[in-house]
Amino acid sequence: MRFLSSDQFIRRALLVSALSSVAMLALIAIFIFAEGTPVMLRRGIGEFLLGTRWAPTKESFGILPMIVASVCVTLGAMVIAVPLGVACAVFLAEIAPRRVANFVRPAIQLLAGIPSVVFGFVGIVVLVPLIREYLGGPGLSVLAASIILGIMVLPTLISIAEDAIMAVPRTYKEGALALGCTHSQAIRRVILPAARGGIIAAIILGMGRAVGETMAVIMVIGNAVKIPHSPLDPARTLTSNIALEMGYAAGEHQEALFATGVVLFVFIMILNSLASVKLAPTRR
Amino acid sequence: MRQHPTVAGLPANRRLVVEVLCFGLIAGPVLYGLIGCARGGRAGLVLAGSTSVQPIAELVAEHYEIDYPGRSVSVQGGGSSAGVRATQEGTAAIGMSSRNLKPEEQGLNTILVAQDAIVLIVHPSNPVRALTREQARGVFTGQIRDWSELGGADRPITVITREEGSGTRGAFEEMVMEKQDFSVDALVQDSTGTVRAIVASDPNGIGYISFGMVNDEVVPMAIDGVMPSRGTVASREYTLARPFLFLTKGQPLPEAQQFIDYMLGDKGQGLVEQEGYIPVKERAR
Repeated sequence: MRFLSSDQFIRRALLVSALSSVAMLALIAIFIFAEGTPVMLRRGIGEFLLGTRWAPTKESFGILPMIVASVCVTLGAMVIAVPLGVACAVFLAEIAPRRVANFVRPAIQLLAGIPSVVFGFVGIVVLVPLIREYLGGPGLSVLAASIILGIMVLPTLISIAEDAIMAVPRTYKEGALALGCTHSQAIRRVILPAARGGIIAAIILGMGRAVGETMAVIMVIGNAVKIPHSPLDPARTLTSNIALEMGYAAGEHQEALFATGVVLFVFIMILNSLASVKLAPTRR
Repeated sequence: MRQHPTVAGLPANRRLVVEVLCFGLIAGPVLYGLIGCARGGRAGLVLAGSTSVQPIAELVAEHYEIDYPGRSVSVQGGGSSAGVRATQEGTAAIGMSSRNLKPEEQGLNTILVAQDAIVLIVHPSNPVRALTREQARGVFTGQIRDWSELGGADRPITVITREEGSGTRGAFEEMVMEKQDFSVDALVQDSTGTVRAIVASDPNGIGYISFGMVNDEVVPMAIDGVMPSRGTVASREYTLARPFLFLTKGQPLPEAQQFIDYMLGDKGQGLVEQEGYIPVKERAR
């Protein structure tokens, strides 16, 4: 047997480190599915996914209200984050003078570094009382969660959308300008359409982040297990359901929380696969 | 071009699969071992019973194990009835119960180690300061939805409850709800602190917390005409209270007695108070 050269050794070592994260993912996936699927099969997948009563200590496991809430909150966050984020990305990539961009970009990255519990705290102290006072309801609501999440996903959305816009070949813009377009026409008609795939990927990754966020959401959404009828109603998302009840859950209750995790896992997998499909053409 | 030497003679793409498998083979048992360790298999003094008493017993046990190195206490749940059974059968040296024993369960030694009282709290601006137990049930099941039905302002009630599995929620269910479900509109919070914070900021809010956690941001309510206080809890006039009992079969063994003494001593009772329960003995200060 030959001894490995140091170069080969380093390559092996790096391969093992790379694989370890894949292995972690695999282990987590196997664990969640092993813990979560039996209860789904036992209670019936339809009943689990479409049931509206969640009373785990009384053997009722319906997570439809939480699926609806997760979807509503995520879409709500996107309504806030997409216009803001795309506009900001266009500004940074196309319009801002370098000095301004060099100030704004790190500021946005800083936003990404703020712990989610701080967002939640600001939400509960500032946003929730405002909603309660001016719009009514308990304040802890789908709206409050959407606004907080909309702000939280901005860094993800902006940086990926900006990359996508930067990746549009210079010649496209030059051609548009040469044909007599104004700068804003060139952005709207040429650059944005060319960067569409990457921008959609940015939105989808932002959605993934919104679906998965837990702490800030628990603090501002109220966690009532009910299908929300208005943005001012409280609701409970899939993630907050797991985090709220994990502490004490045992037996079938715990399995049902893992099953909630399975649903969440599938959600995120679908979103991330969509994003990588959309991102593929722009990443060369 | 010459084929490179390969692991077990496999082509390069297969090699990846082999290496993933090898990693799994190593990581799997390691993880399993870690989980096994965490679950632990230590023997020693066994407590079992009420899941409401469990958290405080676990906390006291942690301090006990630090103060008496070498002693080990394992605290298990199961519920008050299971605690009674385990004590009678001798599988637990000390049983834990969060209710008084039923007539058919007599014959065990009971030691009161703490009292747990639950207090309904409202915003200081709320004029409604007293409820009957039926009214409280109506509010938390969602049958009473407006403060005007209770003599207050014409505003919807914001009901705040605890998460499924919480001991405080369990106690409230047992003492107030009479097997009825909480309203689906109720906000759910996972800590006493957040329940209190929401009630403190929402003039329409009502929630329930442990007696010891009431502060001056919120106002406690009288139940059936009795305000909660140490005195009314001790005299059993205040009805949203329950005893935390340790149970032993006959005379406790020396090791069990030592733990019971620790629980009733300054350290144990201090922890009881710190966690929001009512101590059964005045602490020497």
